[in-house]
Amino acid sequence: MEITMDTRCEYSLPSLVDCQSLRQISRPSWGACQSGLRSRTTSAPAVAPNQAGGVVAFPPLQTYSEEESMMRDAVRKYAQERIAPLVPMMDENSVMDEEVITSMFEQGLMGVEIDPEYGGTGSSFFSSILVIEELAKVDPSVAVLCDIQNTLINTLFVKLGTPAQKEKYLNRLSTDMIGSFCLSEAESGSDAFSLKTRAEKHKDYFIINGSKMWISNAELSGVFLVMANVDLSAGYRGITCFIVDRDTPGLEICKKENKLGLRASSTCPLNFDNVKVPEANILGEVGHGYKYAIGMLNEGRIGIAAQMVGLAQGCFDHTIPYTRQRVQFGKRIFDFQGMQHQIAHVATQIEAARLLTYNAARLKEAGRPFIKEACMAKYFSSEVATLTTSKCIEWMGGVGFTKDYPIEKYYRDCKIEWGWGLQQLELEL
Amino acid sequence: MSGRVLVGVKRVIDYAVKIRVKADNTGVVTDGVKHSMNPFCEIAVEEAVKLKEKKLVKEVVAVSCGPQQSQETIRTALAMGADRGIHVEVSGKDYETLGPLQVSKIMAALAKKEDAQLIILGKQAIDDDCNQTGQMTAALLDWPQGTFASEVTLDGDKIKVVREIDGGLETIKINTPAVLTADLRLNTPRYATLPNIMKAKKKKIANVKPADLGVNLTSRLEVLKVEDPPQRQAGMKVETVEDLVGKLKEAGKV
Repeated sequence: MEITMDTRCEYSLPSLVDCQSLRQISRPSWGACQSGLRSRTTSAPAVAPNQAGGVVAFPPLQTYSEEESMMRDAVRKYAQERIAPLVPMMDENSVMDEEVITSMFEQGLMGVEIDPEYGGTGSSFFSSILVIEELAKVDPSVAVLCDIQNTLINTLFVKLGTPAQKEKYLNRLSTDMIGSFCLSEAESGSDAFSLKTRAEKHKDYFIINGSKMWISNAELSGVFLVMANVDLSAGYRGITCFIVDRDTPGLEICKKENKLGLRASSTCPLNFDNVKVPEANILGEVGHGYKYAIGMLNEGRIGIAAQMVGLAQGCFDHTIPYTRQRVQFGKRIFDFQGMQHQIAHVATQIEAARLLTYNAARLKEAGRPFIKEACMAKYFSSEVATLTTSKCIEWMGGVGFTKDYPIEKYYRDCKIEWGWGLQQLELEL
Repeated sequence: MSGRVLVGVKRVIDYAVKIRVKADNTGVVTDGVKHSMNPFCEIAVEEAVKLKEKKLVKEVVAVSCGPQQSQETIRTALAMGADRGIHVEVSGKDYETLGPLQVSKIMAALAKKEDAQLIILGKQAIDDDCNQTGQMTAALLDWPQGTFASEVTLDGDKIKVVREIDGGLETIKINTPAVLTADLRLNTPRYATLPNIMKAKKKKIANVKPADLGVNLTSRLEVLKVEDPPQRQAGMKVETVEDLVGKLKEAGKV
């Protein structure tokens, strides 16, 4: 796959070797003030107070373990330096750069919670949330790749896999193989469990027939977790999760959709034409697929919430320096009171969304009920992302509308808010 | 050559932060400001880890002098591949007056204590731009120095260093043990991958006090005032050389 860099790329970073002075990021004028802004607009959370000696009984939500802080900083730096320059090209061509995928694996971002025994990072759920948030600030498409892998695919294998399945797949998932989760179909989106893909049992294997739609990462995935029904008369209680390798005969990965946003992340329909899958490839138990899907999607919601928060923050961070630089009517537009009110409002909303997300994540880690909080986090974060990106385009004026600036991409990307469950459904939950 | 490498890492204000001078002009604002490892120190760590990967040295020890927070910087070095860390605790007034002379005394003492054969430092820190610690450390130990290194090659018990100097590049050969200071083009520091960050948690950081090393921290320097550089004045355009000379004469420069 030939990837050519768009040399007109507005935010290409000079390599370290080219710098005159130390790693000064030289960008066109609109980004000139950006470097100073980072310490102010993005919340600079304190390191856990117990580092200073005293243990705080009820630490604020923005308290991170040293490990989490280090990870967040490492991912932030990596995303800014290695992913950011490729973003416009990936969006334009609707393709995920191979270098991005390879380095994501190298950095350990694709197996955050997987045990080091299987080549993973061995960290916590909250760490993956921080990773997703940082990636989303730079490119929500990359974040979604990381999100699905970590919160859906890896979690399913870790929780439900037999030792043999874990041995076979977890190593690959943490080092070089992407996974896809296949639930939706043309006729069953929100009504997921009315899915029609069926799996007929024969002796010690199943034959799967049917089709799936809207499958993320499908273009690049090596393994597919397919929800198929073994007994349509039993309704949703027949849904079973099958592990299907990419090269299984009969599995057809169709042309990817040409999307409005999240374009670098491939979304394809799949066809299953008498796909033979051994019984050993059932993940978990027969007929329990619906339970697994619901359970995983609850966690996945927090991931999406983190993605939306990151998206909003990234968009915001790109816009504010411009408003501080752009002068109209003799003042910087940032200094107009009307603007300041709007900006303060948006900043507050982002902060609130972040706190909802972090809290839901911490609740989950603590083993406490978190479904309601996860839904709230996702619903609210998505609304905030929409608000933020829309406002940011307004604040940027004419340039916000053009592709030369990254703002319009965030606006398009945020519409994926209904990624795994329409907002309306969230509200009903 | 096998043995131990000491790498000095300094916690400084992050290079991307906009520096603000404190209202009382005694220094710059550091509270709540993002700090990270000095970029030249990152290059130094990278070089040390590379040497270990090539099996030319056995152990990389990261050293930092400062308050509690310096441990974060050491952890980053560990996540990049250093084997263990030494945190020399300096805080309060001592930390404010800590400068190259004190740090070089500490490094020299540690080099003797740890039986180090190589010390790699960044050529300078981006907060004070002193460019002295490496040189002073070498002098205190009476070791050869290879400063502004843009290329380092170990050759038996000697080191070949290509130095970036004003006139171009200079290649020297020095004996070990030695002190090297890293310049920008020596290498490109690796990212700390997430698995390495997790591994770094298990690596040890020893706590040491300067007094334990017999080092006196008193400084002979006193900072009188810190202020912003003057606002840049607008320039003037002239049409001819005569105009230029005329203007220079007017301004009393010629």
